[in-house]
Amino acid sequence: MRTYRGLLHFYPAAFRAEYGEEMCAIFSQRLRLASGFARLGVWIAVFFEVLFNALAVHFDILWQDLRYTGRALRRAPGFAITAILVTALGVGANTAVFSLTDHVLIRPLPFPQSDRLVKLWERLPGYSEMEPSPANYRDWKKMATAFEGMGAFTTTAVNLVGQGDPQRLEGAAMTADVLPTLGITPLFGRTFTEADDREGAPPTMLLSYGLWQGLFGSDPTVIGRKLLLDDRPYLVIGVMPREFRFPGPEIEFWTAAQFAESAFQDRSDNSLEVVARLRPGVTLEAARAEMSVIAGQLERQYPKDNTKVGAVALSMRDELSNKSRLLLWVLMGAALCVLLIACANVANLLLARALVREKELAVRAAMGAGRERLVRQLATESLVLAVLGGLLGVVVAFAGLPLLVKLVPTSLPISQAPSLDLRVLAFAGILTLLTGTAFGVLPALRIGRRAGLNGLREGARAGGGRKGWLRAALVVAEVSVSIVLLVCAGLLMRALLRIQAVDPGFRADRVLALKTALPMPKFRKTEVRAAFYNRILTEVRRLPGVVDAAYIGGLPMVWGGGIWPVSVNGEVRERVAAYTASMRYITPGFFGAMTIPLHQGRDVSDTDTVDRQYAAVVSDSFVQKYWPHENPLGRHFQFALHDRLVVGVVGDIHVRGLEGLSEPQVYIPYRQVLDGNFTFYAPRDLVVKGSTNPAGLLPAIRQIIRDADAQQPVSDVRMLSDVVDSQTAPRSIQLRVVGVFAAIAFLLAAIGIHGLLSFAVSQRTPEIGVRLALGARAGDILGMVMRQGTSLAVAGVVPGIVLAYAAGHAMQSVLAGVEPADALTFASATVLAIVMTVAGSFLPAMRAVNVDPLQAMRAE
Amino acid sequence: MAIKNISTMAIMEVMSDKLPEPESLLPLPAATFHILMSLADEDRHGYAIIQDVAARTDGELKLSAGTLYRSIQRMLEQGLLVEVRERPAPELDDERRRYYRITPYGGLVARAEGRRLTQLVRLAKASGFAPGRA
Repeated sequence: MRTYRGLLHFYPAAFRAEYGEEMCAIFSQRLRLASGFARLGVWIAVFFEVLFNALAVHFDILWQDLRYTGRALRRAPGFAITAILVTALGVGANTAVFSLTDHVLIRPLPFPQSDRLVKLWERLPGYSEMEPSPANYRDWKKMATAFEGMGAFTTTAVNLVGQGDPQRLEGAAMTADVLPTLGITPLFGRTFTEADDREGAPPTMLLSYGLWQGLFGSDPTVIGRKLLLDDRPYLVIGVMPREFRFPGPEIEFWTAAQFAESAFQDRSDNSLEVVARLRPGVTLEAARAEMSVIAGQLERQYPKDNTKVGAVALSMRDELSNKSRLLLWVLMGAALCVLLIACANVANLLLARALVREKELAVRAAMGAGRERLVRQLATESLVLAVLGGLLGVVVAFAGLPLLVKLVPTSLPISQAPSLDLRVLAFAGILTLLTGTAFGVLPALRIGRRAGLNGLREGARAGGGRKGWLRAALVVAEVSVSIVLLVCAGLLMRALLRIQAVDPGFRADRVLALKTALPMPKFRKTEVRAAFYNRILTEVRRLPGVVDAAYIGGLPMVWGGGIWPVSVNGEVRERVAAYTASMRYITPGFFGAMTIPLHQGRDVSDTDTVDRQYAAVVSDSFVQKYWPHENPLGRHFQFALHDRLVVGVVGDIHVRGLEGLSEPQVYIPYRQVLDGNFTFYAPRDLVVKGSTNPAGLLPAIRQIIRDADAQQPVSDVRMLSDVVDSQTAPRSIQLRVVGVFAAIAFLLAAIGIHGLLSFAVSQRTPEIGVRLALGARAGDILGMVMRQGTSLAVAGVVPGIVLAYAAGHAMQSVLAGVEPADALTFASATVLAIVMTVAGSFLPAMRAVNVDPLQAMRAE
Repeated sequence: MAIKNISTMAIMEVMSDKLPEPESLLPLPAATFHILMSLADEDRHGYAIIQDVAARTDGELKLSAGTLYRSIQRMLEQGLLVEVRERPAPELDDERRRYYRITPYGGLVARAEGRRLTQLVRLAKASGFAPGRA
């Protein structure tokens, strides 16, 4: 019998209380009639019968409550719409940000068992993740046992000719082990074999899905065709799946790496990226331990190159700068704040409404509705509001998502656009239910406790006095959270302004940049390249409105590589960050076109040729480092395999971007390089400084290039100022998002204060009437209401500031040196909070002042 | 004051909840119709209803306790039944038992259902799906 009573708990309590005893009686009679084996049958039947009927009873109640809710909300459309909109904002903001965070940080990478994929890096003093050299990679692969596969790749760019206009394509050259290590097979065709990867083998290539669609219109017979990449014919052997974006989303083709034996000579040729797959059961820690043992062995074996060169293994999922990661968490935190405020706001609305409805509920209680029933009804109402808000929130998220797309870092092998898929919708659903519960439970429990006959008593005043504390607490919380958001937005804005104020060292305005690819081996000879540069530059300089033009190998802020060790007076130093510089080959006129000041000596010159002393122009910080307080002109240093003579000194530029430090710069004359050497560094980027915006010159420049070499594609056309702006683009988007969140939070908090005070004023109308009748002045009444508002604000601002300081600390590393306790920001946020309080209290205060004493007392 | 008006409205609404047209409840769930039939001639308690329905249908339909009380609850809300306060003589009574009586409105609804079924049987006969003549 006890079992049956237990089963009855599936029914709602009220139903159980009403019919439970009788049901037990009936059941015991039924059990008495059955005997032996039949009893078991009765039990089984009863079990399913109870489940089914209990569900049906619950459903009946739900249906009733839903209809009742529909009626109740239709009677209070203003309340319903406000609650739904506020919820939609909260859920929408979180859903949009979650879809981004999930896409970038949480979701597994699109490879089988991607948690076992790692990237391997060299670690040098000053460089925590340095690309490994081919020789070290080969030794790691030979010695390591922690991995079941290891492969290396580099990214590359080639000219494609023979398929319409010449095109620049981005691709990756990979060893044959990369795809098996990733666990990816082609959509059709085959992957690279060891034979394809051998030096001198006929070149083969895999197409990306996008390139296959674009170039060949998804022609399935593409396998076996040949494409001319940099004048070499490549055999197409396969097409990769649509979702395969490796190492990044911009890659359009893959070729076999085909390392030459000579590539394994120089252990300081840091040019590879290495991916590996952990053996099943091997932890990342174990792999790291093994790699550091291996690095130690290589250090002893090759002391010249490998001193202090470590080896690190990082999970591929973590291939993301801490800054990008923190940026996303900041957004997520900000969105969560919006949701908290939204919850507090709707809870407050519901509380106010519940107080107003006290009598209605009391009537229902008097007519036999139990407390459980009332609570259930109110919970249904909250959930209906939440679900409607949640649905609208998904729409908000969908609309807001395009704003966030630019925050997806390009360093991950994932698509550039997060999607609102089932996973995100499930998140939104759970969030909605939590939201509904959060704002619904408090009011429901409160009413459940209070719904008694008391509510019916004539003149009973709803929501007076001490019960108001809960609503006041919610408003205080709203103020606190909005302060946190305001301060975060303020700090981020200060950081952005500070970074934007950084002088890049060059003037980016009115500079047009573009790339001509100069495919090898066609441009292998230095003088062939020189002829090309001179022809282009001479004609471009002749165009009207051109101030200067020059070529460089690698634009600042676009390419941060080309880092070489420096030695002065033959002193061999360890390969550490403190003694490196970035190398760039340039043509004369580069400093003029970029407005980089020449402080001493001269520019590189056309007469700096291979048969003369190798010259170099260095930057101020280079001089500071090696010859402080001395005249650097005429000094020698050893750099990039040659002895070089300092002929000029220029200002420093931010090669690696506005944030963070850059190595000193060494500029080398474009003609001082032997044929076929350093072709990777050959100047390919044309910069043109105009007296006005040079964008209009582009057609003429293209024509000049076409006339010089019809097969030369022009790519990466951009204004240099856009390059500089793109440095801060993720930040400014982030700031905009946090700013919008802060504005919403702020508005909601103001509405919260306004709502609370309005309610208080309407409750106190008779009291105010009496006060006025007794001779209180309007100023007193005004002060009374404003004081209440101000005390709410103060109570919220104080904890808000403490929380904001903690939040600022947590995001310190994205603040670019702005103090988390930045006084200006905190002061501004506080002032805004005060303004908000005054604005929120003003209308209720005016209403209080305008109370007519006679009417107020008559109503009582 | 606004508050007073709202509460008065709430009361008014509950009081004046008009009973819907009997036809709007049709077709009745089988259990509901059987319970109404069982209560047609006398007030009964729950177990008596189960037994009566079983007897009427020669044991075809054995209502479970859950189905019975779920139906009863809904029928009470719909106004088809009321619970009666009068109890039988104490020696026949079990104080746990509740007795139910059909309301005039319940009678109307049952009759409407009866009409609906008769009509249906007539149609079935005309189509040759039921024994007898149309």
